[in-house]
Amino acid sequence: MTLFQCLLMGFLIVCAICVSFSKNLLNSILIYMSYSLVMAILWMCLESPDLAITEAAVGAGVTSILFFATLKKIQAISIEKEPPKKEAEEHE
Amino acid sequence: MSRRKSRDEYEKTFAFRFFRWLSGRKDPYVGEVEMQPQQERVIPEETIIERMRESEMIRDKIYDEELNRAARIFHRIYVGVAIFFCVALVGILLLAVSCLPPNGHADNPVNNVVSERYIESGLQETGALNIVSGMILTYRAFDTFGETNVLFIATCCVMILLMLDDAILKKEAASNDRRYEPKNDAILQGVAFVLCPIIFIFGIYIILNGHLSPGGGFSGGAVMGSGLILYVAAFGFRKTQRFFDEHIYKIAKITALCMYGLIGTYFYMTGANGIENHIPLGIPGHILSSGIILPINVCVGLEVACTMYAFYALFRRGGL
Repeated sequence: MTLFQCLLMGFLIVCAICVSFSKNLLNSILIYMSYSLVMAILWMCLESPDLAITEAAVGAGVTSILFFATLKKIQAISIEKEPPKKEAEEHE
Repeated sequence: MSRRKSRDEYEKTFAFRFFRWLSGRKDPYVGEVEMQPQQERVIPEETIIERMRESEMIRDKIYDEELNRAARIFHRIYVGVAIFFCVALVGILLLAVSCLPPNGHADNPVNNVVSERYIESGLQETGALNIVSGMILTYRAFDTFGETNVLFIATCCVMILLMLDDAILKKEAASNDRRYEPKNDAILQGVAFVLCPIIFIFGIYIILNGHLSPGGGFSGGAVMGSGLILYVAAFGFRKTQRFFDEHIYKIAKITALCMYGLIGTYFYMTGANGIENHIPLGIPGHILSSGIILPINVCVGLEVACTMYAFYALFRRGGL
């Protein structure tokens, strides 16, 4: 059990470092989501299931979905990559 | 009965002008003050491009470290100071952790009269098997009321910032709602069809069993809110509006908050926290027991579920 918890802790630290070093915003949100999920499992191991439920619902679910919605609103998730290139060519 | 005035006479009074100004039917300055129509300032495109180019050139010159000696020195000092502050912060935090009392010791400051009282007589005084729930909803019900208010005010602020007019919403509904998403995604709809009822039932179970098992209003409300968001993402806003539109949202949210306020006030007025009161506590372990905890859990759950859904809907579309 302790080994399992230590593995999860190590995963948390790796996730936290990866979030801040990731260049792509979408990737960092996905890593943050997995961070919350692992945190929920850890709460379960620490015998506080109510926190685990809340963490899974709010941290992994609602918060990341709100981040996705915001990224879509400010058009940081690029679906079509054509228009920015054209603009760059015009400026050159 | 007072004297009736004719309409012409009434229009000259101060009251008429005041109420006209209040309802916004007539701007008091229009027609009274001389005004000039505002001219739109036109900047030719070439000027803009030239300015951008100039500012870029200036920026390049300033930040070119080979030319600008001051920038080079500043950059080095900046990196050094940043590393120093990071290391210092880590050191201070580690030092603070090493000064904390050891975990699980009997003389720790956590083990004082308050927690002793909660653990020893919590079951008799609140009637809840889940001590956490009994603590935050009876001993600290006022505290939790403040948190519920925070949720309410947060949604109000998001509404003020992001809410769009109905006319704009209707115009955008056809085109903008899922511009970047495949409509009627089969996998998402199939998964949502199976999962949504289970998620809702699980949320309701957590809320109603808040005083018996782990969980409570906040957890259950968050689960139900996530279920609503999944339903919206799969089936669109039009289908959701059949059972949860702005009208129902307002009724649910305001009723939940007012009910919590009323129940809490009644509980405190008739004697809370160990004073003899006449709210029956029931038999611990039964679903209808522990006094005010069950209705307050339902109120908090409704409030949280509405908040989660409203955040998503306002972020996504600008309306409920």
